Parts: sequence; C-alpha cells; structure tokens
Amino acid sequence: MNLYGDRGNVIALSRRAEWRGIEVGLTAVGLGEAVDFTAFDILFMGGGQDKEQRLICEDFQRVKGGALAEAVEDGVPFLAICGGYQLLGRFYETGTGERLPGIGILDVETRAGRKRMIGNVVAGSLLAGQETRTLVGFENHSGRTYLGPGVRPLAEVLVGHGNNGEDGTEGAVYRNVVGTYLHGSVLPKNPWLADWLIRRAVVRRYGEGVTLPPLDDRVETEAHAAAVAHAVEVARRHRTPVRRRRLRAVVGGRLGSRRGSR
Amino acid sequence: MLHPSSSVSSGWGLLTGAVLPTVRDLLALWAGRAVLKLSRRLGHGGSSLPGRVALRIQPALLRRLAGKLRWGSVVITGTNGKTTTARLLSTILQDAGYRLVHNRSGANLKEGLTSAFLDDAAAARRRADIALMEVDEATVPEAVRELRPLGIVVTNFFRDQLDRYGELDTTVSLVGRGIDAVGGRGFVVLNADDPLVAALGRGRGERVVFYGIEDDRCGKRTMTQTREQRHCLACGRELDYSVFYYGHLGRYACPGGDFRRPAPDVRAGAVRLGGVRGASFTLSVRGEGEVRVAMPVPGLYNVYNALAALAAALELGVPLSRAAASLERAGASFGRMEVIPVEERNVLLALVKNPTGFNQVLETLLGDAPAADGAGEAGGEGPRNFLIAINDRYADGTDISWLWDVDFELLAERGARVGEIVVSGLRAHDMALRLKYAGVPEACVRVVPGLSEALDRALTATARGETLLVTPTYTAMLELRDIISRRGYAPPFWEAEKT
Repeated sequence: MNLYGDRGNVIALSRRAEWRGIEVGLTAVGLGEAVDFTAFDILFMGGGQDKEQRLICEDFQRVKGGALAEAVEDGVPFLAICGGYQLLGRFYETGTGERLPGIGILDVETRAGRKRMIGNVVAGSLLAGQETRTLVGFENHSGRTYLGPGVRPLAEVLVGHGNNGEDGTEGAVYRNVVGTYLHGSVLPKNPWLADWLIRRAVVRRYGEGVTLPPLDDRVETEAHAAAVAHAVEVARRHRTPVRRRRLRAVVGGRLGSRRGSR
Repeated sequence: MLHPSSSVSSGWGLLTGAVLPTVRDLLALWAGRAVLKLSRRLGHGGSSLPGRVALRIQPALLRRLAGKLRWGSVVITGTNGKTTTARLLSTILQDAGYRLVHNRSGANLKEGLTSAFLDDAAAARRRADIALMEVDEATVPEAVRELRPLGIVVTNFFRDQLDRYGELDTTVSLVGRGIDAVGGRGFVVLNADDPLVAALGRGRGERVVFYGIEDDRCGKRTMTQTREQRHCLACGRELDYSVFYYGHLGRYACPGGDFRRPAPDVRAGAVRLGGVRGASFTLSVRGEGEVRVAMPVPGLYNVYNALAALAAALELGVPLSRAAASLERAGASFGRMEVIPVEERNVLLALVKNPTGFNQVLETLLGDAPAADGAGEAGGEGPRNFLIAINDRYADGTDISWLWDVDFELLAERGARVGEIVVSGLRAHDMALRLKYAGVPEACVRVVPGLSEALDRALTATARGETLLVTPTYTAMLELRDIISRRGYAPPFWEAEKT
C-alpha cells in the first residue's frame, strides 16, 4: 500500500543505508504473492484507503500472514504506518461492530471512532536508548488503537492524540516491529528512528558488535526542531491536546533556544 | 442552442425577472456588496467573506441569484485544473459574446460562489447569461442543489489534502452524487483518460461527453509516478495500461473486460509541448472535424484543461473553429504558470497543491523548449533558479507528507541546470530536507522562511532578463502575489483578470 507520502520512509531508509556504503535493493510485494519475508532485511508497509485495505486484509489472511509472523519472530525489522499498523494488530472493529481480523503480530486492537484525529504530533520516544529523543509527524486516523500487554508503546504523546486520544501513548513496539500513526513522512525528520531500524537489520545479519557510522544530520535536525516548534505553535491556535508539563520537560529547553536563534 | 443575451437592464440585473426580490434578498445583497467593497479597499480579494455575510442574512441567496441567470450555471470540479479550465472556458464564452459570472479568484466553497454573484451584481448592467463556477469537490452536491447547473465538468481525481477529505474514494463518490443530482437535465463532461472520472459516466445517457489525449509519443509505457487507481471498479482486478500520460491518466482496460477507457468525443492528437512557452495539438471532435490549436498555456496537463473547456463550450453551442481560435489567445490564470515582470526579471508563479500537479509543473518547467528566441527564457541555456514556498495552512493542506511523493529527483539530474533553490514558507525546513534526500547538493539550497526575504534572495540570484521559477502552495502563492503587487509590479487579481 502506498498512500499518503509514506514513500519518504523508503527513501530515507535507502539513502541512509547508501550513505554508509550499504547497498540497497527494493522489492515491491504485490497482492496474492507468497513471499519468504525472512530473506529481507527491513519490511515496510504504509497505509491505504478502506477499499485497498480490505483487499490486503484478505490477502494477509489467506497468503502472507504466516510468513510475516515467521519473519517478525526471526527479528526482521518492520515499520508499519497507520492502516498498515492497524492491520498488524489483532482486529479492527468497524462502527457497526463487525470485526475485521488483522494478523495479530502486534498485541493491539483498533476500534473505529467517530471523530477523525488529524494534526501534527510531537511525542517523546520510549525506544531503548532513545529516551531523550522526540518523534514528530502528522496523524490522520479515525481508528483508536489500544495496546495489550504484549507490546510496548513507541512514544508518549506530547502534542496531538496518538494511538487513541486517551492514554497518551503513540505507536507500538514488539521485537523489531514498529507500528505508528505518524506520517510526515516520519523517518526523514526522525533520522534516529530510521537508524534504529537500519541498525537492527545490520545486527540481525552481522551480530551485536556492529555500529553505524554517524551521518551529517544537520538538515534533518533543523527540520525536526522546526517541525516541533511549528507543531506547538499550531496546537496553541487549534486547541490540539498538549501535555504542557511533559512537553516542557522533554523539549522545553530546545524550543527556547530555537526561538532565540531566530 | 444557447444565445448570448443582448438586452440591457438596470443595475439590479440579477434580481429582475419573474420573482420579485424580498426585503431579505435586498438586505443580503446590500450587505454582501458593502463587505466586498470594503475588503477590496483594504487590499483583500474579498473572495469568500462577502458571500458568508450575505448568506447569513439570506441562506437561499445563491439559489435565488443562480435562478436569475439567462441560461444557467456550469460547474467545474476535480482535483487539478479547475481554475485553468474555468479560465479557458470563460475566454471562449466571452469571445462568443456571453456575459458571465465567474468565481475567478478560485474561492470555490459556497461562500465563494455567492461572492462571485455579488461581485457581478455590483457591476451588472445587464443580466448575466452563464455562471462559470469552479467548485471544490466536497461542495459539489451542495453546489448542484443550489445552482441546478446546465452542465458539470470533471477534470481528474488525484490525491489531494487527505487531511481534509479523508480519502479519495469519498471525494469521488461526492462528485458522483453531484452528477446524479444534475440528472438528465444537463450535460456531463468527463476525462476519459482518468478511470476514476470515466467510471462516473457508466450507465448514464447520451449527454455524457468524454475527452482525452490520443498520442502515444507524449506518454510512457510504464508508470513512474504515484498511481491513485489500480483496480477495476467493477471486478477489483488491476487495470492494464497500454500508455500512461501522467499519474494514472492513460489508456487502460480491465483484463476481465468489465471496464475500459471510453472512446473520447473530443480528443487531442499530435501533441507538441514547448516547455514553458506553450503547447499545440490537433483537436478532433466527433462529427465536427479537426483543427490545429497552438495555445500559450504550457504543459501536458493544460492540454487536458483545454479539452475540458472545449468540450463544455461545444455543449453550450460555441462553434468549434471559434472556440479553438479563442484558446490561442487565452492566457494563464491567476498564479497558474502566470508570468509577472519584477525588477527586470520574470517571475513565473506555478501553484502546486499535490504530487501529480507538482510533477507536471516540474516536467513543464524543466521541459526542453525549442530555442525560438534563445536566452532569457526558462528554456534558455542559463541556470534555472527556483523559489519553492511551502505552507501548511488549511487551504494548503495541513499535512505536508505529499512532498515525499513529488519527483524532486528531477531537480538533481544534470540536465535540469539548477542554479539556486530558495526554500521558504512555514515548512521551508521540510522542503530543504526533501531536496537533500532527492540528491540536490546542499550548496544549491538556501532556507529563507520569510516569503518577502526569500523573494528578495531569489531575485538577487536570478540574472536580469532571466526567469525565476516560483512554485508556491496556495496560501504562499497568495502571499507572494500580494508582496509583488504591493511592490507595484502586478495588479491585484480582481483587476488583473478583468477582460
């Protein structure tokens, strides 16, 4: 599925690997194809429209579900955005109570909501080793996703709604699988998340000792900081939920210095 | 056939007729026009506020004003090309002698449509013949209810501002509902090359007119850009394409035989694209013969817009040769490949709203124009300087994810001859990041968030006599045009577009 500028994630993963001298090959996987997903280093799935999502849902039930689960247990890094994230969960419950089964890789469930949650998101990362980082992106979903005990949240929401607009979580992580509602595209502006996926891929192949050479991320860091400041400012005008105290604790200092430098 | 009016009536032209105006009508008109005058005096276009005020007083005002038209309205909708199609059609109809109401500012929600009527009522010496209304896709059902149009034109459906509409399927079904409401009363002009649009014509009567391009040389065998529609709407199978013109526009058929591209009634062959200088094509109309058209409006996407305008004009009774002749002198519309001389340079404003539109603009700007007069044009030999201005206000789309679906990689190719790219607007840094990942050298990119400063910087980088290529999102385009007109180089649009 490729709706909604999620192509930026593929571009970011490819470039950031190539800039480090890692060759990248891309394979698009179509409907009905049986694939051995353990042969890949990173898997990516974007969101789709309802109609496409139903087609893919059937395909997952019939063809790909087992192979995907096997790859995930084998430690293949997997990024799923929005509709893709929902599909990895246990089910999606529609407004009429009908349950569309997901493939159950992530212990999450999604229920249709009446209000669409749209807007910029700033979230504090909860990924191991990245607790000082923020994630910034754009959410646009009416489904509300609730996490079970089998997954950890990807981040705590500082600006925006996140998984369900209630519990302050955004996204879910299980093994090397990351599910998130963040568009933007999410990876270019949050290069540390892109690098987390690339590193997990390299480690899976060559073992824990490997480190990724750092890149010149000035443009990325500036875009990230500008997006955070912009999200906070727009939220102020649009009454988007903002957890002010946590926001100040996580990004407050950086916001201040940015404003001063302008 | 319809004929232009010749009768002359008083300044209340729009409200003379069988039904007498009520006090509420007059009050709404008076208030709306007062707001319009005031906002013009303050230097604003007054595109939707006057309509909003007038509708507050008389909610049925749009319906009542539309009912006074001599012939009726034409609704133009679709993701891209609404404004240019309406502009081209207005040129053709005005040349043919029709007096028009036209929301030429591009304000295309109900308030904007009403404002266009208010603007006309202010200047009216005689009753208008036809209202040309470009209408936002989501507003089509309501607009059709209020306007009861003579006809509806649908250009294309691409991914656009999903933060606002939700999903493309929703947009398509809204427009479909609008067409249903037109019913058998009016004509429907549809793009045969867009399966999402063409499918709207299935099972409808003879008043459906299809238009399309038939020239394999200006198409591609494979799809390079983001495709919106992959599956047959009848059976769900992936459509086979024998040629792609751009995006998902092309010659397609369902492998199961359930659905195929309809044969167009109005078509363009032997298409020649001349970079930013214009385009020409051989126009054939079923039952009416052929004519060669050379128009100053550039780009393959504008060939589609011209076909849409021509198809509607023919339905309204304009003879083919006259309609084609009008196209030859039709200029670009407000902010759409509009060229404004500024400080001994040319500023070319090309509005961008979504990936497909942006890709078409890039291909046109980078297109190889035949070197007719050589230097000084964007198609000349000098470096091309860009100003890319990205805002994320409501009218721009609040999600800028779509930038990642635009093929900015084209700018990194050697033949692009890119000089400096100034990036600006509320999301300037996102744009800079996109260019980095497209492979554009960082030294070519300069981030200047303020639009006025960005314009200064970009003009400085552009040599005298050269063209600065400006690609702004909607609100950035309005702001830039405002900055340019404040500096005395361009009249505001409500004066610029009066012919």
